[in-house]
Amino acid sequence: MSLSLHNLTVSYLRHPAVHHVSGTFAKGDATAIFGPNGAGKSTILKAMVGLIKPDSGQVSLGGIAPDQIAYLPQAAQIDRSLPVSVLDTVLTGAWRHTGAFGAVRPADKRAAFAALETVGLAEFAQRPVAALSSGQFQRVLFARILLQDAPLILLDEPFTAIDASTTFDLLQLVSRWRAEGRTVIAVLHDYEQVRAYFPYTLLLSKEVIAWGKTETVLTDAHLQRANANASHWHARAPVCHVDDEVAPSLSVPSAAPAVKD
Amino acid sequence: MLDTLYMLLVQPFVEFGFMRRALLGSVALALGCGPIGLFLVMRRMSLMGDALSHAVLPGAAVGFILAGLSLPAMGIGGFVAGMSVALIAGLVSRYTTVKEDASFAAFYLLALALGVLLVSRYGSNVDLIHILFGTVLAVDDAALLLVASIATLTLLVLAVIYRPLLLESYDPAFLQAVGVRGGIYHLIFLVLVVLNLVAGFQALGTLMSVGLMMIPATSARLWANTVEGMLLVAVGIALLSGLGGLLCSYHFDLPSGPVIILFASSMYILSLLFGSAGGVLPRLVRQRHLAH
Repeated sequence: MSLSLHNLTVSYLRHPAVHHVSGTFAKGDATAIFGPNGAGKSTILKAMVGLIKPDSGQVSLGGIAPDQIAYLPQAAQIDRSLPVSVLDTVLTGAWRHTGAFGAVRPADKRAAFAALETVGLAEFAQRPVAALSSGQFQRVLFARILLQDAPLILLDEPFTAIDASTTFDLLQLVSRWRAEGRTVIAVLHDYEQVRAYFPYTLLLSKEVIAWGKTETVLTDAHLQRANANASHWHARAPVCHVDDEVAPSLSVPSAAPAVKD
Repeated sequence: MLDTLYMLLVQPFVEFGFMRRALLGSVALALGCGPIGLFLVMRRMSLMGDALSHAVLPGAAVGFILAGLSLPAMGIGGFVAGMSVALIAGLVSRYTTVKEDASFAAFYLLALALGVLLVSRYGSNVDLIHILFGTVLAVDDAALLLVASIATLTLLVLAVIYRPLLLESYDPAFLQAVGVRGGIYHLIFLVLVVLNLVAGFQALGTLMSVGLMMIPATSARLWANTVEGMLLVAVGIALLSGLGGLLCSYHFDLPSGPVIILFASSMYILSLLFGSAGGVLPRLVRQRHLAH
């Protein structure tokens, strides 16, 4: 069973943000999704979590239950003005045990403190999240992912506007997750981070430009094509007929399926 | 001195059954409205609460026309009208380009106009004033039972849905990602809001009932830094407002609704000035910064 996308198309106002994307993610390893703004990177993650419905095609999670995904959306979506404590935020990561109504077990609390310790915020447990810097808050969210203990981890621009030392610490967690055999998929904008920590890369520009080993994907030629392809928005684009004509797998650039197992 | 205090604060309740009933009613009201208001504020739905309170009027008016000044009849009518406006306005904002606040504003104005028209056509001016501004004198046993039931139900349901409801305003994407449909909790919450508005309008009137939700909750943010703390402060201020408002209303023969709300408002102003978690004066007191 593999974690893969089958001819996935997602559109906003009929304009595709992700267009006929097929391919398989390396299981138990780290894949970066790389590409210009508006390339559909976040959209792919949202479709994998089930936050948006694809127009056509599908996501196959390869036997991973939807509640076994740890998903970190782009930072702005959390209302930090609410008086919620750091500890409570991390403890939501125990949702699989607590659910909406269940009690928080002592083991969950211990795990939460351990996770805060790991990200270097042990003393901040009782602080309100409003009192944290954005870097500290990102550490809290990574602590929550630790608590979620999920086999599949999706990170949407986790290091945007985060300082270098925090980014470095959190990248060590990505390495740790890889070593533990978890699948990590992250939307990133930093070329060096991708090369250093992500063995696989999906280069996206609405369509798959290249997908496979990072060193073979991030070539000048590929990047140029990605940028050239990006953010054309035609108000009167014609209707796409790819699905009517050919078998889905033929309609996309061949996505090198880089599967480890 | 003690005699005067006794006469001012205690005697009305000892002497008159209707004052005891009104007091019980306002305690129940504070217990329900305080927490509901706090969630309205945290969910940034303050104006929606306001709109809903006005939307209740035509339903209450129909209940009044059919059964006279009876809280259960007016309550059922008000609940149906409030929920209709909440659901229709919600659907409109979801399926058209009209934003939710604008959609609520449009429908509550429609409902309010309809309500005023109904009451002025079929009731006297005195009735209109009763419905709009409330009256403690008319709190009978049936009304008391209704208000107390709503408060009990509110606290129990809030206790059950507390976690998903809070998380839905704090981090909706997370809730969605773990496969919880936040919409159902939003809907349950809306039902509670309308129920509490209905509970409030006997004592406070339809126009004022939202005040006991919003004002204590808004004040609470100025005193506490945790949700639990804010809940306690909100209920406390609502309780004091109810008590103070009732006494003033009794001694000076004023309509209870506006007086209770004015009491809450004066506590809001005090909170703005002295609130330990963000009030004006504590900020002016210059404290030296800490070493780290």
